[in-house]
Amino acid sequence: MTSPLEQKKIRITGPSVVTANRTWDGAVIYRTAQQGWSIDLSDAAIVRNSDDARALLAESVADDVGAIGAYIAPVEITDGGKIEPGNLREQIRSEGTTIGIPVPA
Amino acid sequence: MYAYDELDRTLVNERVSEFRDQVKRRLSGELTEDEFKILRLQNGVYLQLHAYMFRVAIPYGALSSKQLRALARVARRYDRGYGHFTTRQNIQFNWIKLAELPDALEDLAEVGIHAMQTSGNNMRNVTSDQWAGVAPGEIEDPRIWSEILRQHTTLHPEFSFLPRKFKIAITASEHDRAAIKIHDIGLKLIKNADGETGFEVLVGGGLGRTPFIAKTIKPFVHGRDLLSYVEAILRVYNQYGRRDNIYKARIKILVHELGIEKFAKEVEEEWQLLRDSALTLDPAVVEDIRSRFSYPAYEKLPHMPDELKRAAHDPLFERWRRNSAFPHKVQGYSIVTISLKPVGAPPGDATADQMDALADLADRYSFGEIRVGHEQNLALPHVAKRDLPALWKALDRIGLATPNVNLVSDIIACPGLDYCSLANARSIPIAQELTRRFANHDTANLIGRLHINISGCINACGHHHVGHIGILGVEKNGEEFYQITIGGRADENAQMGTLIGPAVPYAEVADVIEDIVEAYLALRDSEGELFVDTVKRLGVEPFKERVYATR
Amino acid sequence: MPLVKNGHIATDIFFHAADGTELPGDGPVLVSAARFLGDPEGLLKRAGKVGVIWPNSRDVDDLVPYLDRLAMVALVFPTFRDGRAYSQARLLRERYGYDGELRATGQVLRDQFVFMLRAGFDAFDVRKQADAEAFGETARRYTVFYQPAGDGRLSALNRRIQERHSESAGQ
Repeated sequence: MTSPLEQKKIRITGPSVVTANRTWDGAVIYRTAQQGWSIDLSDAAIVRNSDDARALLAESVADDVGAIGAYIAPVEITDGGKIEPGNLREQIRSEGTTIGIPVPA
Repeated sequence: MYAYDELDRTLVNERVSEFRDQVKRRLSGELTEDEFKILRLQNGVYLQLHAYMFRVAIPYGALSSKQLRALARVARRYDRGYGHFTTRQNIQFNWIKLAELPDALEDLAEVGIHAMQTSGNNMRNVTSDQWAGVAPGEIEDPRIWSEILRQHTTLHPEFSFLPRKFKIAITASEHDRAAIKIHDIGLKLIKNADGETGFEVLVGGGLGRTPFIAKTIKPFVHGRDLLSYVEAILRVYNQYGRRDNIYKARIKILVHELGIEKFAKEVEEEWQLLRDSALTLDPAVVEDIRSRFSYPAYEKLPHMPDELKRAAHDPLFERWRRNSAFPHKVQGYSIVTISLKPVGAPPGDATADQMDALADLADRYSFGEIRVGHEQNLALPHVAKRDLPALWKALDRIGLATPNVNLVSDIIACPGLDYCSLANARSIPIAQELTRRFANHDTANLIGRLHINISGCINACGHHHVGHIGILGVEKNGEEFYQITIGGRADENAQMGTLIGPAVPYAEVADVIEDIVEAYLALRDSEGELFVDTVKRLGVEPFKERVYATR
Repeated sequence: MPLVKNGHIATDIFFHAADGTELPGDGPVLVSAARFLGDPEGLLKRAGKVGVIWPNSRDVDDLVPYLDRLAMVALVFPTFRDGRAYSQARLLRERYGYDGELRATGQVLRDQFVFMLRAGFDAFDVRKQADAEAFGETARRYTVFYQPAGDGRLSALNRRIQERHSESAGQ
């Protein structure tokens, strides 16, 4: 998956969220509609056009103390309204490695 | 083992307290991420997909049992109970919390371990032959010089903000286990006609986007001039290395763009002005470092002890011994490689429990010493042959007796997309599937020496260019694809592999590798002809044909 | 931007003269490399000290003929990640014996003070007030150094030998 760390132009083609890692422990987090962060993808604010994506990213990046490396990531919304990661990279970030890790978490 | 003295301990402690202050300033918002990123990288802290990753240096691959236990403790206390040994004699922990990092560093400092410069655009962990000091035929123990370089390159006031990272590797054996030709500086320890120690210096090797084999810049640099000569190379690089494009910033590009002659001339001019300085190594200084390495008190032991004769009747033991025990410079002893490549497991991973158990075995059977090799395996460097049967049983109990060293399932792999934020594709599941395909030991033995190297992106942490078979993950329209190269090697005859054709999808990689191996078995001229030699003799065509004829 | 000189916050006595502007009749001035090299003798003849801002992409060799008459050389860190000025500083101090003020300018942050001091800088245009105030404490952070450099401190390699000698002398 192309690393999104270098997102230059912001153009989205489908539903997206802003994700980052939490500064103190590195945990994967998602920007919420309440201008906060959640470790749960289902809490994420969904943006559907490039202007909204840009605004959500700008607000997220402004929180330099709380989060690092914020970027826009694609998601899919199921018929039931559930938010799911839009690619393998985001699936791995959200759900964990695709391999068993040596010691159960 | 090198024993830290008060000066080494003080410096590491000062570094830990500095980083504690930096972390505090970061968490309070006094430091921005932009300012902090380099500081954390210089202390081995990356941000990966799931969390921070913490890379700890194991200089020239040498560990004491006490140090290995400390690594186990860090894995347990601050991480998820395991660690990952890398191709550069480091260990990585994948789930570390920034807020707890200073404590982890402090715990490691107590046993003389640090994470300085395991990342960042500075001089990285100095690597060497994992058999240093015990390999038969070695000219001299390269660890003395590795340690001198480790000290010299640590917190260097001039070279901590280079154009890009900088890696030095040293070997003192004819057979190069340190892959010096794919390093920014490769040092081959040699003696001159007067029997004095010096180095053939190579420069500009490296993999990644633009791979190069290192070129000899000076055939002999006297040991006393090692630091001034390395300093001259670095000064030229620091001033003229490209800083406009991260992909062109490594010294290999500067050497390539200037040409080795011109680059060598620049270095020579600088060196002439530097050589008679405080950098000149007084023999007393070298002796002082040498004196702080402890060597085991070996016993006088028979070449073939009774214990070994008796155990030879056990085919499982014999299979392991033939595969994993190697000749030692002292009669009656072996170097034992510990495979971290069990079938179906991520290459290079070890659990905290395995580390603790191995530390105990090192105390009992290897004078308390463990080594880490760039193949992502460990070694016990001084095992009495009479102890091999007992050691084997003990290793088997902790899952560390897989007899696949140097065989097709002894795979080098980067963490790939399962962990790494730079990766384009996964590496570990490919390795796992291949170890399952080649799980049968007799088949693997029939195939013989064959190194498979897997990288999840062009940065080449899995050294795919120099694998006998190299596998490189790429992304095509959101799907994982893999380019296959064959014929690479990382030793004294280092060369880059050749691409055999279009990339293949994730699900087909293992089949393709099986096809390549089957083609080799049919094509080799004898059982003794290694895979790389067959590729060298026949070229890639017959392999290509086999792979793509039906695809 | 606070100036730290010889370890303390100090007032900058140099007038920073932009290219093309007229210089004051006397008093210390700081000019660009281009302006200086345009008329070095004229500038050095002027009443008042002269300092030069030297870019990190230019060999310091061009500056060597004037070093004994320059009161200040300012080397530039466009970002703290660009380390070329460390080499320039060491060359000026250790090879060419420059002993005037050597100033670090640009993105000069607390966490690089120790490297800069060791490379020979003695003045710092510090970005943040808090960093300038923490200078003394930061400069004392390390007491052991692994390399010989222009600050004259013994490297650990040589310090060990010296300590051995003094131990055996004391016996």
